[in-house]
Amino acid sequence: MIKRRKYAEALFKVLGLSSLALAVGTLALLFGALVVHGIGRLDWQFLTSFPSRHASQAGILPAVVGSTLVMLVTACAGIPVGVAAGIYLEEYAKRTWFTELIEVTVTNLAGVPSIIFGLLALGLFVYMLGLGASILTAGLTLALLILPVVIVTTREAIRAVPVHIREAAFALGATRWQTVADHVLPYSAAGILTGIILALSRAIGETAPIVTVGALTFVAFLPPAPITSQPPYLSFEWLMSPFTVMPIQMFAWVSRPGEDFAANAAAAGLLLVGMTLTMNGLAIYVRYRMRKRVFW
Amino acid sequence: MLSSQVKWSLWALVIASLVGVGWGRGLTWAVQTSLIKIDGSSTVYPVTEAVAEEFQSLHRGKIRVTVGIAGSGGGFKKFCRGEIDIADASRPILKEEMALCQKNGISYYELPVAFDALTVAVSPKNTWVDSMTVEELRKIWEPAAQGKITRWNQVRPDWPDAQLVLFGAGSDSGTFDYFTDAIVGKPKSSRGDYTASEDDNVLVQGIERNVHSLGYIPYAYYAAQQKKLKAVAIVGKNGPVLPSAETVKNGSYHPLSRPLFIYVNAESAKRPEVRQFVEYYLAEGPKLIAEVHYVPLPDQAYEMARERFAKGIVGTGFGGEPEVGLPVEEILRRPPKQ
Repeated sequence: MIKRRKYAEALFKVLGLSSLALAVGTLALLFGALVVHGIGRLDWQFLTSFPSRHASQAGILPAVVGSTLVMLVTACAGIPVGVAAGIYLEEYAKRTWFTELIEVTVTNLAGVPSIIFGLLALGLFVYMLGLGASILTAGLTLALLILPVVIVTTREAIRAVPVHIREAAFALGATRWQTVADHVLPYSAAGILTGIILALSRAIGETAPIVTVGALTFVAFLPPAPITSQPPYLSFEWLMSPFTVMPIQMFAWVSRPGEDFAANAAAAGLLLVGMTLTMNGLAIYVRYRMRKRVFW
Repeated sequence: MLSSQVKWSLWALVIASLVGVGWGRGLTWAVQTSLIKIDGSSTVYPVTEAVAEEFQSLHRGKIRVTVGIAGSGGGFKKFCRGEIDIADASRPILKEEMALCQKNGISYYELPVAFDALTVAVSPKNTWVDSMTVEELRKIWEPAAQGKITRWNQVRPDWPDAQLVLFGAGSDSGTFDYFTDAIVGKPKSSRGDYTASEDDNVLVQGIERNVHSLGYIPYAYYAAQQKKLKAVAIVGKNGPVLPSAETVKNGSYHPLSRPLFIYVNAESAKRPEVRQFVEYYLAEGPKLIAEVHYVPLPDQAYEMARERFAKGIVGTGFGGEPEVGLPVEEILRRPPKQ
C-alpha cells in the first residue's frame, strides 16, 4: 500500500517537473534565439531612427513612441472606469438578477477574442464618432479590451479586505464613500495596481484590434509634441495623429524579402519583451512596497 | 496620507481622460494638412515605402507620408470611402469596388508602377528539374491533383520516383490568387494538400531544405536570396525562360508576371503635395524599385503613365475583371472606364 502511494507521489513529481521544464525551456529557447539574433542590432541608432528600406538604417522610434502614447491613452481611459466599476459592483450595488447578469457579462468579456474589440471599435470610434485611425481610437480600443480584466481584479482585491474593517468604519459613523476611500481602497491598492499593470502589459502586445482600427506601417514622423511654447502650453493634437505600434512594425519586418530585416524584427521583439518585463517587474515591486503598509 | 493620494490620482485620471476625449474631437482637421495617406497591398508596400522614404527626406518636415498594409481589398475599401489619397494594389480594381467608388463620387488614376513576378523554385540540390511547362504546373496544382499527383515521376516519367513536396502561398494572399489564375485558369482554384504559408520567408526555408520540394514565391523573395533556391524556367513560345529583371521587363517570362498599381484619388491629385509625390514616384521609382528587388516597368510605360496623369485621364483599363498576362503598354493604351 505505502509503496504504491510513494510511487504515485514520485510519478506526479516527475510529471510536474517535466511540464515545468517544457514550459520554461520553450520560453528560454525562444528568448535565447531572439537575443542571439537581435542583440547586435539593438543600438542607439536603432532606437532613434525611422523605418527605412535599408535594414541597417531602419529604426523603431515611431513604433516605440506610438506604443507608449497608445498605452497612455489606454491607462487614462481604462483604469478610472474599470476601478470605479469594480468598486461600485463590490461596495455599492445591491445583489439583484441585474447585477448578477452584469457580473457574468464582465467575466465573459474578459475571454472575448481581441479582434472582436477591434471590429467594435472600427464601427464605434472610427465611423460613428469620427475619431479616425488615430492614437485616441487605438487607446480607447485597448481600454475596452483591458476593462473586464481591471474590473475583475479590482473586485477581487476589494473582496480580500476583511468585512470587520468596513463594519468598524460604519460603526464610527463613516459614510460608504469615506469607508471606501480611506480604508478599502488603500488596503486593496496593491492588488488593484498589480492587476492594472498586468492588463497593460497584455495590451501592449496586442496587434489584431490595432490593425483593425487602421494602424499604419510606414510612419516616418512623430506625433505633435504634447507641450508647446504658446499658451495654453499643452496640446492634445497628438491624440489624432496617425501612428504605428511595435508588434506591427515587427510583423512588417519579419515578412520582408531577404534575411537582413530578420535581425531588425528580433531586436524589436527583444525591446517589446523588455518593455513587458519591465511592466511586470514594476507590478511586483509595487505590490511588495504596498503590502508593507497593510497592518491587518 | 495614502488615501488622499489615491483619491487625487483617481480624479486626475478621470479629468485627464475626459479632457483628452473632448479636445481630440475638435482638432481632427488640424493634423491632416499636407499629409499623404497611402494604404493597401503588402506586395506593393516595399516599393511605396522606398519612394515615401526618399520623398520625405527630400521635403524634410513639410510633407508627411504614411503607408499601411491593409491588403489590396482593404486598401480599395478605404480608397472608395475617400479615407486615403492613394491605394496600393497588386491587382486591378474589381467591379464592386468600382461601384462603391462611383457611389461616393470618387474618380481615380490607375497607374502601373512596377512588375511583380512569381518564381517557381526547387531546392538547389535538385538535379533533375530545369524547366517546366504551364501544363505540367497545372497538372500539379489543379484541384483534381489533390491526393493523386504525389510523386515526381507522375509529372514527367523520366523524373525520379520520389515524393513531391509542395509549398505555396496561403489562400488569403494575392500571390495565391494570381498563381492559381495564371496556372490553373481560375483564381483561388488550387489543390489544398500542400504546405501553405502567408510568410514567404517560411516558404523559402521549406523549399531550400527538402531535395524533393517544389514551390512558388514572389520574385522579390527569390531575388533577395538566390543562393538558397533554384528557379525553374517556364517554357514559353520560344523555349524555357528563367525569371529575371530582363525577361520580366520584356514580357518573355510569361504568364507568371503581373504589373502592380497605385490608384490615385483624382480629387487628392489636385493637391500640390500629392501631385508632386505621384510625379516623383513615376520618375524616381525605377531606381528604387530595383533596390527593393522588384522589377521596374519598361521606360515607355512610365512615360505613358506620366502622360495619363498629366492629362487627367481617369478610370481603369480593366473594367472590373482581373486579366492575366497583359503587357503594361496595352493596359495603358486602352480607353479607361470609370
